[in-house]
Amino acid sequence: MSGHPEIERESMDYDVVIVGAGPSGLSAAIRLKQIDPDLSVVVLEKGSEVGAHILSGAVLDPAGLDRLIPDWRDRGAPVTTEVVDDNFFMLGAAGQVRIPNALMPPLMNNHGNFIVSMGNVCRWLATQAEELGVEIFPGMAASRVVWEGGRVKGVVAGEMGLASDGTPGPNYEPGMELHGKYVFIAEGARGSLAKKIIAALKLAQGHDPQKFGLGMKEIWEVRPEKFRKGRVVHTMGWPLGRNAGGGSFIYHFENNQVLVGFVVHLNYANPHLYPYMEFQRFKHHPMVAELLEGGRRVSYGARAITEGGWQALPDLAFQGGVLLGCSGGMVNVPRIKGNHNAMMSGIEAAEAAAAAIASGREGDRLAEYDAAVRGGAIGADLRAVRNVKPVWSRLGLVASLMLGGIDMWVANLTGWNPLGTWHHGKSDAAATGKAADFAPIDYPRPDGRLSFDRLTSVAFSFTNHEESQPCHLRLKDPAVPIAVNLPQFSEPAQRYCPAGVYEVVNDGPTPRFQINFQNCVHCKTCDIKDPSQNIDWTTPQGGDGPNYPNM
Amino acid sequence: MKILVPVKRVIDYNVKPRVKPDGSGVDLADVKMSMNPFDEIAVEEAIRLKEQGVAEEVIVVSIGVRQAQETLRTALAMGADRAILVVAADDVHQTTEPLAIAKILAAVAAEQGAGLVIAGKQAIDSDMGATGQMLAALLGWGQATFASKIAIAGGRATVTREVDGGLQTIDVALPAVITTDLRLNEPRYASLPNIMKAKKKPLEEKTAADYGVDPAPRLEILATREPQGRAAGVRLASVDELVGKLKEIGVV
Repeated sequence: MSGHPEIERESMDYDVVIVGAGPSGLSAAIRLKQIDPDLSVVVLEKGSEVGAHILSGAVLDPAGLDRLIPDWRDRGAPVTTEVVDDNFFMLGAAGQVRIPNALMPPLMNNHGNFIVSMGNVCRWLATQAEELGVEIFPGMAASRVVWEGGRVKGVVAGEMGLASDGTPGPNYEPGMELHGKYVFIAEGARGSLAKKIIAALKLAQGHDPQKFGLGMKEIWEVRPEKFRKGRVVHTMGWPLGRNAGGGSFIYHFENNQVLVGFVVHLNYANPHLYPYMEFQRFKHHPMVAELLEGGRRVSYGARAITEGGWQALPDLAFQGGVLLGCSGGMVNVPRIKGNHNAMMSGIEAAEAAAAAIASGREGDRLAEYDAAVRGGAIGADLRAVRNVKPVWSRLGLVASLMLGGIDMWVANLTGWNPLGTWHHGKSDAAATGKAADFAPIDYPRPDGRLSFDRLTSVAFSFTNHEESQPCHLRLKDPAVPIAVNLPQFSEPAQRYCPAGVYEVVNDGPTPRFQINFQNCVHCKTCDIKDPSQNIDWTTPQGGDGPNYPNM
Repeated sequence: MKILVPVKRVIDYNVKPRVKPDGSGVDLADVKMSMNPFDEIAVEEAIRLKEQGVAEEVIVVSIGVRQAQETLRTALAMGADRAILVVAADDVHQTTEPLAIAKILAAVAAEQGAGLVIAGKQAIDSDMGATGQMLAALLGWGQATFASKIAIAGGRATVTREVDGGLQTIDVALPAVITTDLRLNEPRYASLPNIMKAKKKPLEEKTAADYGVDPAPRLEILATREPQGRAAGVRLASVDELVGKLKEIGVV
């Protein structure tokens, strides 16, 4: 929809066009140039700089990095805080119970992993890629797919300066068509181009629906006496209880900075649930408050996460390109990790594409990439834990810890899952229940010290959008929010959006739906969770969106 | 005529600055940096003058850390012809003050034979608002500050200035220093094809010593503090309660 197909654009041909400078896209770029320095590789990034839109926990399993750049330690990779202490707690409203590490399946052990800022890891990967001759263009959003029949031939990137009605404004730049022998889609969870390609080419057919979580994260500078470099804490239980699956992470990173995050599985039924407020409330748990008290929050952000795992992996290869990392969905839910798989998927795709190009192929389906993901290390990682999420969704947290835990234990020891393969039920949107069937939840007001109102938090994502452009959050039917979602679901967009983009305003005879798109932090939750599937998240002008520091 | 445009790499205007724990300044670690918005306006104006045929060449110069290369590349992608980077600091927290900057710029302007300098009226980080004026004094040129409109003809510039409560139009002989205000123009986007081309445009690297200027600061920063946070409000149930509270604090 974005832009004007009739507009003449310059075009450029590359061997490989990569959409997204995240861990998968950059790993692919680096591997391509390692294999053949003569390959022309371009990476497009919608963030104002590499890392600006990266948000991850993150405890990094260096498996992917080891494979990509074995001497990463000598090359100054910002991967220096080794996990020294791994804790898992079940929270109640006032206390906590520690689950002994001995009970945790070994694959959940974080020994040998690192607490990192993936934003900074990506910035570093970008310098490595540029040294190898990769062209990286931040601030250039890939807004459309260039099709040639059923083949993805390239993308349109860098269209800027559209007026709010969608016509070219005074500073209009049409952007360019970038054509590739292969196009790698590496947009992360629920990418706007990936979504279109998956639908157009029916790549999800025969697979379970993709499942998602909403991850919110804050960086806190805590008092030095509270800081324990390398400590990892995960919690489950309070405050979500039975309302939703999810949990928290607390990572003691570096320079007295603690990374505090909260994940809510988006298949929750109660439309009154307010994930952002659950996160804010969580910080008042005595165990967390004690850590944060006297500190200051320096950054906030949010991003959807894929949770469908093995069963929900779509076909990863299509004519002309592939899906990398979380464009396909490669997060290992119980390990709460996906970066290692993202990087390895980039490596696999690069190896497949480089071999294909060397043998004179182009624009076809890289079936060998799909096979390498499923049959290789990524598949093994995801297959072993494939039942945790569906068991959790159907039987709840305790059952998932026990039954899913047993399944993981056995899989860990024998490579065989006693539960077989459980399937994901409905999509997250369809899992949303009717407002009348659930009690509203009363959330405490933020206190301005440990917890904050949503708009204050958004200011800490440093997000901005050129206000004269068309709204990038498109409603398929503008009547639906007020006519359908409000009466049936109490319009949950008001609550699930972690940036306060959606409001129902009562300033006239009838309520109206307002979209404050400037607040958007590009998490994609609205596109996933809207029960009417009426919101289409498209990319705004390049350079817009959050300006995350070391997220 | 050659136009010289100084551009400064500053903390991005979207970022909420935070003070370093020791109060010695603003923490720039892991912070997004970009071109000072007033300098972007200056670059745009210079390019427009070139497009109008008034200038033959637009030279951008940045003084500071090596990372300012990125800022210069942005200016080149907008349409500047070539760039000069004067390395005067090796740590991002090291500041170079307006006087040292003005001295270096004066030397660059002389070396390049510039007929006009268009600079931002101030940088959004230190808010000194002094470099342009100092530069004019050092060069012995006329100056027109806070410009919202520039017209050049016959070796003179007619400049509309934003002053308190209105606009003032002045006429200065060239060469001169003009500093830009917000309403002068709306800078163009650096387009993808132009960014690609900008990678091939010349960027010369110099040091402060090449121009015989000592960039060491003369000012000492005693303390940097963040503004006091606002205390949380309370929600009152009735007008009477509000009146009561107002009486309590003695404002009614």
